[in-house]
Amino acid sequence: MRFLKLLPVLILMLMANSALAQSPTYGVGRTPSAEEIRAWDISISPTGEELPPGSGTPEEGALVYQRKRCGGCHGPEGEGGRADRLVKRDGGSEADPWAWGRVLPIRAPYATVVWDYINRGMPLNREGTLTADEVYALTAYLLYINDVIGEDGVLDAQSLPQVEMPNRNTFARVPDWEPGMPRLQGYPY
Amino acid sequence: MDSKRPDRRRFLKGGAALAGGLTLGAVEPVVGQLPGPEGFIKGTDELIAYGERSRFVDSVRIAHPPGSRPSPDEFGLVFHVAAPLQDSVGVITPSSLHFVGTTRGSFMPDIDPRKHRLMIHGMVDRPLTFTMEELKRLPSVTRTHFIECAGNSSRSDRRTAQETHGMTSCAEWTGVPLSVLLEEAGVKDGAPWIVCEGTEEVKGSSSIPMAKAMEDCLVAYGMNGEDLRPQQGFPLRLMVPGFEGIFHTKYLRRIKVVDRYYMTYNDYGHLTQDPDTAALGYQIGPKSLITFPSGGQELPGRGFYEISGLAWSGGGAISRVEVSTDGGRSWSDAEIKGSANRMAHTRFGFSWNWDGQETELQSRCTDELGQVQPSRAQVAEFFEVPLGPSFRVPGRDNSIQPWRVASDGSVHNAIS
Repeated sequence: MRFLKLLPVLILMLMANSALAQSPTYGVGRTPSAEEIRAWDISISPTGEELPPGSGTPEEGALVYQRKRCGGCHGPEGEGGRADRLVKRDGGSEADPWAWGRVLPIRAPYATVVWDYINRGMPLNREGTLTADEVYALTAYLLYINDVIGEDGVLDAQSLPQVEMPNRNTFARVPDWEPGMPRLQGYPY
Repeated sequence: MDSKRPDRRRFLKGGAALAGGLTLGAVEPVVGQLPGPEGFIKGTDELIAYGERSRFVDSVRIAHPPGSRPSPDEFGLVFHVAAPLQDSVGVITPSSLHFVGTTRGSFMPDIDPRKHRLMIHGMVDRPLTFTMEELKRLPSVTRTHFIECAGNSSRSDRRTAQETHGMTSCAEWTGVPLSVLLEEAGVKDGAPWIVCEGTEEVKGSSSIPMAKAMEDCLVAYGMNGEDLRPQQGFPLRLMVPGFEGIFHTKYLRRIKVVDRYYMTYNDYGHLTQDPDTAALGYQIGPKSLITFPSGGQELPGRGFYEISGLAWSGGGAISRVEVSTDGGRSWSDAEIKGSANRMAHTRFGFSWNWDGQETELQSRCTDELGQVQPSRAQVAEFFEVPLGPSFRVPGRDNSIQPWRVASDGSVHNAIS
């Protein structure tokens, strides 16, 4: 009975609490406009939800690869340059993509990782200068030379996240971290 | 103070000898006066404005790993640079000697702090941007934390403590708890991850669990009592205490609160097939290193030495350090110097009388979670794999570093 009498008070306290939790404590900082956020936000989820409009094919990508002189660092066909290799190594077992080496367009579990990295980090010293179409085209070219998509594949905001990368389900998830957690249960070290 | 005595005695003797050797009438101090310095450093505007160390101190960083990619290269790009731990005293790595890691060889961004902004957006009630001035208005904390690069792993061909372990350093960091900023923006229920991004050319970004973000992450603008150095992310970096180095996002410009693991390029770079390796490559394990005597150093002869070293763990504070002076057959507790801070280098010392015989020195530590630093043999045994020269400790290598002291006093890496 006593509890029932107190119930409205409890509800009010809870409401006050949640209202407090939702309002800023310090009021420092400025609210960015939606446009500002769009301009800054270059993260691409594995779902591809942030991907911009545009599209590209392996053939277009091969031309962009030449035009932007990607081969100057990565080799004319994705190997033999000073920079990272972009085409899988021969001789790896078909059944084990991990044997193909640490090659982004084959080891990445999602094609979005390839798109994101080209978009944010390439070409060296001219980062951020590629158009969305060029990034789609380069991604299509690299996936094509690694036998992930066919010659007639077209990548855009819808098709890119649907690409079945060979490592999509073969990588180990990082542990769900909690405070005070040892590195690995049952491991004394 | 006692350690100064032999020096003073030597100076006195030297002074007397010098005075005796001079001709009569020279204006040298008479015996009994305090000895003076041998020379003077002229004050300059630069030295008054920002001091520098003695020209007799020559401890420097080196490109890492030895013999690989140079830093700087012919264009001025910087890749990995290791700290001279063998010369370290105390637990703070001077900012000028702190190790440097970059996600790919790059120029240091030259950021005007008046133009720098931090944006917090995504699954929040109120997206926010902060200027540096605004961040400095918020309640701050100062904490001592180590940062260790994922690749900080010893091998038989590394000679010195710098070569084996130089990709870890420890500094005092000042900034705003990330939880304060996230609460200010109002994280929506059920947002399990954040993605943090830097301003450098590749805009390196990492996925970090929300539990860690709210627990102890720090948006740091201060390091060792002054602004961050450009090599450490000026004007703003994220501290993710105890996690491997790459998460400590430099030149921090954006934090996006998200609904899933985003598999950024940095996240991809550490992918592995094996769940145990993935777990062991996330939070740094308990780890220690004898910095004196260590590889490349020489003991002048038998007698007393205080063995000195560093211990740290991503699991929290160091609770115990043990030292073996007989190659791991017997162990004794070392003295922890000062307070053992959480996720921070902790200095230990151990009194030792060297009998002049060849021997092997080792240290091992235990952290507040009870995790114990293993030998390479113990790790191999746990995973039931053969221990050979090619054996690699899964995940982040936190194995014991053995140093062999030869009978001539020279010290060598004893990993075989």
